[in-house]
Amino acid sequence: MLNRLLSHDLPRSRWLALLLVAIVLVLALTPFVFPGTRALNVAAKVIVFIVLTASFDLLLGYTGIVSFAHTMFFGIGAYGIAIATTRLGPTWPALALGTACALVVSLALALVIGLFSLRVRAIFFAMITLAVASAFATLASQLSDFTGGEDGLSFKVPDALQPGTSYAADPVLGASIDGRLLTYYVIFVAAVVLVLLLLRIVNSPFGRVLQAIRENDFRAEAIGYRIVVFRTLASVISAVFATLAGVLLALWLRYNGPDTTLSFEIMLDVLLIVVIGGMGTIYGAIVGSTLLVLAQNYLQDLMKLAAGAVQDVPFLSQIVSPERWLLWLGVLFVLSVYYFPSGVVGRLRALHVRRPDHAKR
Amino acid sequence: MTARLDARPLALVAGLAFVAWPLVGSSSTWLTLTLAGLAMGMIVFIAASGLTLVFGLMDVLNFGHSLFIALGAFVATSVFAALAGEAASTSVATSLGLVGVAMLAAMTLSGTIGLAFERVIVRPVYGHHLKQILVTIGGAIVGEELIKVVWGPAQIALPPPEALRGSLLIGEATVDKLRLVSVAVGLVVLALLLWTLNRTKIGLLIRAGVQDREMVESLGYRIRRLFVGVFAAGSALAGLGGCLWGMNQQIVTPQIGGQVNVLLFIVIIIGGLGSTLGCLVGALLVGLLTNYVGFLAPKATMFSSIGLMVAVLLWRPQGLYPVVNR
Repeated sequence: MLNRLLSHDLPRSRWLALLLVAIVLVLALTPFVFPGTRALNVAAKVIVFIVLTASFDLLLGYTGIVSFAHTMFFGIGAYGIAIATTRLGPTWPALALGTACALVVSLALALVIGLFSLRVRAIFFAMITLAVASAFATLASQLSDFTGGEDGLSFKVPDALQPGTSYAADPVLGASIDGRLLTYYVIFVAAVVLVLLLLRIVNSPFGRVLQAIRENDFRAEAIGYRIVVFRTLASVISAVFATLAGVLLALWLRYNGPDTTLSFEIMLDVLLIVVIGGMGTIYGAIVGSTLLVLAQNYLQDLMKLAAGAVQDVPFLSQIVSPERWLLWLGVLFVLSVYYFPSGVVGRLRALHVRRPDHAKR
Repeated sequence: MTARLDARPLALVAGLAFVAWPLVGSSSTWLTLTLAGLAMGMIVFIAASGLTLVFGLMDVLNFGHSLFIALGAFVATSVFAALAGEAASTSVATSLGLVGVAMLAAMTLSGTIGLAFERVIVRPVYGHHLKQILVTIGGAIVGEELIKVVWGPAQIALPPPEALRGSLLIGEATVDKLRLVSVAVGLVVLALLLWTLNRTKIGLLIRAGVQDREMVESLGYRIRRLFVGVFAAGSALAGLGGCLWGMNQQIVTPQIGGQVNVLLFIVIIIGGLGSTLGCLVGALLVGLLTNYVGFLAPKATMFSSIGLMVAVLLWRPQGLYPVVNR
């Protein structure tokens, strides 16, 4: 049963399995174990990022192409919900329409970009997606009548999901049973389904072809797979999942603006998560998202302390200040690409594989 | 750049300027826009030439190029701040000298950092495209953050020297003095680059390396060493481009590199990866189009270059001047 649910792609490492179970359990029980808005916000962000980065892993890890437009699709999803609810009011049909429109836009854009740039050379893809994404971000902040510009859009979700809606008079285990809690579990269940679907996709024959293209595109083409078609399909699928992740984020935040979904910083976070977690393993996205989002929310406090401690040293205090957070992420990123290319998941799996070798000797 | 020069892309540049004339309406505005476009094209070309050669020679796609552009611009702000007295002088010679000093400083620092960048960031991942993209992006992030540590995260104003402010009247068209300086510098760099590439032994080796690296290596030349030189020179040129770009924008932000880099990618794709002439034509096309569209429909500016790229790729999927053997 579990085996089929995970598409026969088990963690293949005791520690990894333990880690994954722990992450999923904690995320499932966060509202009851860690009461408080901050913990719940962090957990929701982790969940959304798991979907976002797992879908990016399909491109980077499985197909071996780099896209910088992933946050664009993420943003399209979030803007779809934001625009639909502000225009049509907070109703379920509006949510459905917003999601559908966002999916159609993402699908069309991904298809066009893919066909255009992958036709000639895969390396065009990275450059063209970067150009299109930055143009899109500019456009989103310029069309202020439509997208709210730099300020973004704050909106309401249907009553059932509004924080004001209460389902039980008394809190259960310290958590009040309200629309917020329901939203959290909607997002959680949706994310579980989406990640399992992604696992299904990468372990299907289609996924194997993608891996073959990653390993040797020339040979894959020679065997008879049209690599343009497969790469484009991969980018379309990954765009669709990113759009859905955007929808989930918008549902949770009830706000969307350029900085929340479209900014280049989020793209870097996604890249970092996939590389640190482990490319080409959907599980890497789960581990990486948890690590990075936790670090972002709690390590920065630590950096603030460190900056306070070395306040008088001129250069050092600037380097450890929380605003220079990205500096350390960048260093970590470069180091992990060099020395740690298989990421946390790859390391944990290697640990497991090495053991029988030692036993034989 | 051989005997049979393919003139059609060049005709495209002239054609674009010609088509824009009736659309813009007034001839003097058109002339102003065209000159501004050519100036922008020259700056973009200066910054992009290194990128395209580095890719052509070693198959290295350097996403960290933006770092050197930003670095050049910030060095210019420091030079202008340090020589504030000269910047306030009304003598044209002093002002030109100041711009010259800023450009030299920008090139020197960018070139030096470029050497280090090649050694630390790029060298360990030769021949691995995916890792190159990831690592150079990582290097660019670290560099940009270090720039923020040194120069601060806020934007810095970079007013042109006193004597180069304002514009000249040529016929009915107004031309920024600084733009004229940019065009002049661009022409000098272009001439030097073309001379180096076409008239010297090093240039011959670079061109041969772009065409067929293995063959040049098997003749006993160390293409690695050549590549390091090209990388440093390309970084220095990016610094120069960033310095000029910053002066023309009159404002420098840490994000300046990323913004210009997007344009550079479009330009080198239009031109054909690895081709210097294609890079020039692409830069001029993008520069002109951006200025015309910026005048006619400001909101469409960013998409105009992408539209141009799409159109060019439909016509010639490998870019305007495809490099043979790739």
